[in-house]
Amino acid sequence: MSPVPAPSDLPVDLRTEALESILVEKGLVDPAVLDKFIKTYAEDVGPLNGAKVVAKAWTDPEYKARLMENGTAAIAELGYKGPQGECIIVLENTPTLHHLVVCTLCSCYPWPVLGLPPGWYKDPAYRARAVREPRALLAEFGLDLGPDVEIKVFDSSSEVRYMVMPERPAGSEGLSEEELIPLVTREAMTGVAKAKAPA
Amino acid sequence: MDGIHDMGGTQGWGELHFDPDEPVFTAPWQGRAFAMCLLSMNRLTGRNLDAMRHALERLRPLQYLENGYYGRWLLMAETLLTDSGVIGEGAVDARARKLRGEDVSEPPEPELAKPDYTPAGPGSLRQVEAEPRFKVGQQVRAKNLHPKGHTRLPRYVRGQVGTVERIQPAAVLPDTNAHFIAENAQHCYQVSFASKDLWGDDSEDFVLLIDLFDDYLEAAS
Repeated sequence: MSPVPAPSDLPVDLRTEALESILVEKGLVDPAVLDKFIKTYAEDVGPLNGAKVVAKAWTDPEYKARLMENGTAAIAELGYKGPQGECIIVLENTPTLHHLVVCTLCSCYPWPVLGLPPGWYKDPAYRARAVREPRALLAEFGLDLGPDVEIKVFDSSSEVRYMVMPERPAGSEGLSEEELIPLVTREAMTGVAKAKAPA
Repeated sequence: MDGIHDMGGTQGWGELHFDPDEPVFTAPWQGRAFAMCLLSMNRLTGRNLDAMRHALERLRPLQYLENGYYGRWLLMAETLLTDSGVIGEGAVDARARKLRGEDVSEPPEPELAKPDYTPAGPGSLRQVEAEPRFKVGQQVRAKNLHPKGHTRLPRYVRGQVGTVERIQPAAVLPDTNAHFIAENAQHCYQVSFASKDLWGDDSEDFVLLIDLFDDYLEAAS
């Protein structure tokens, strides 16, 4: 192995431009391919995918059963698969059981259903504290769980990825699958929030 | 390795920064660093996700923290490309200085040194014929391992006794795969630990679940 790059005082945007310039010059990277890749993860693969999975599970008991039995396969039914989604397990929150997902060693995250991880998920404070003081951490997100709620924290240390299925919120009984989708946030599917209450 | 990346349970990070409306990439260079790193890993340097993660861990602690998430992706790409002899050491800094008009010489073209290593299949999951060594419900101890190289056994569970909750799909062992030694595909187990075993009697009460490879575990019952 070569040494890691020496610490540099050059701005990171300039260094990024420099690497691209080298790789393009060598014919190894096509800027248009980079553009397409970036667009995919900035616009197409995001938490809306996971929200559709959850809304379907809330309204279709047979789908929910398949989702809990084999998350990867049931998620693929909706067309969501790809990198960081080889094996996805769905964790169902209930009034007495709350799941929280973290990756303490890097920032492993179920890309096909949630997209790229948000800033807070990558924050050292989150990675360090989720496995040590989850209640205190969740309170900082504005989520106060009662003492009767059991907490299970999942550290994503292998290639298994976890997604939380939040409880269907009170007052949403009359809503259609389509109307439920906006209630399911990225934060709810990682376990740092509950699903939004209907307007 | 016992590096800065192994953050579970470490203290002193302060309050969390939470912005629910943050865009995926907060500056254009972040997307380009991300895309170049993944393309480098997939096409130019040996298609090895574990080697990529290890490149991240090899950064100096200050570099790791100061460069932020996508700054680290850029450094990962540089490290993998330098390891594979695609770019020379110091090539990125030299090109950056040239781009801003400085008169600098760039390092000579290195010799290609892409690892001679072919994954046995796509992704990381593999079929393993042997029966899993541990059963659901069995007590296991996470070994007290401190390898110099890559591992996915975080410090905060080492030496602790937990319970096997689930047999996960078998997968390549990151510890050997990251170094292009062998895939060493093996069983992986979801193991639960009691928070008070990990953090003492005064800690919050919760259950910690983590996926641990066969090599990381020994029987405790």
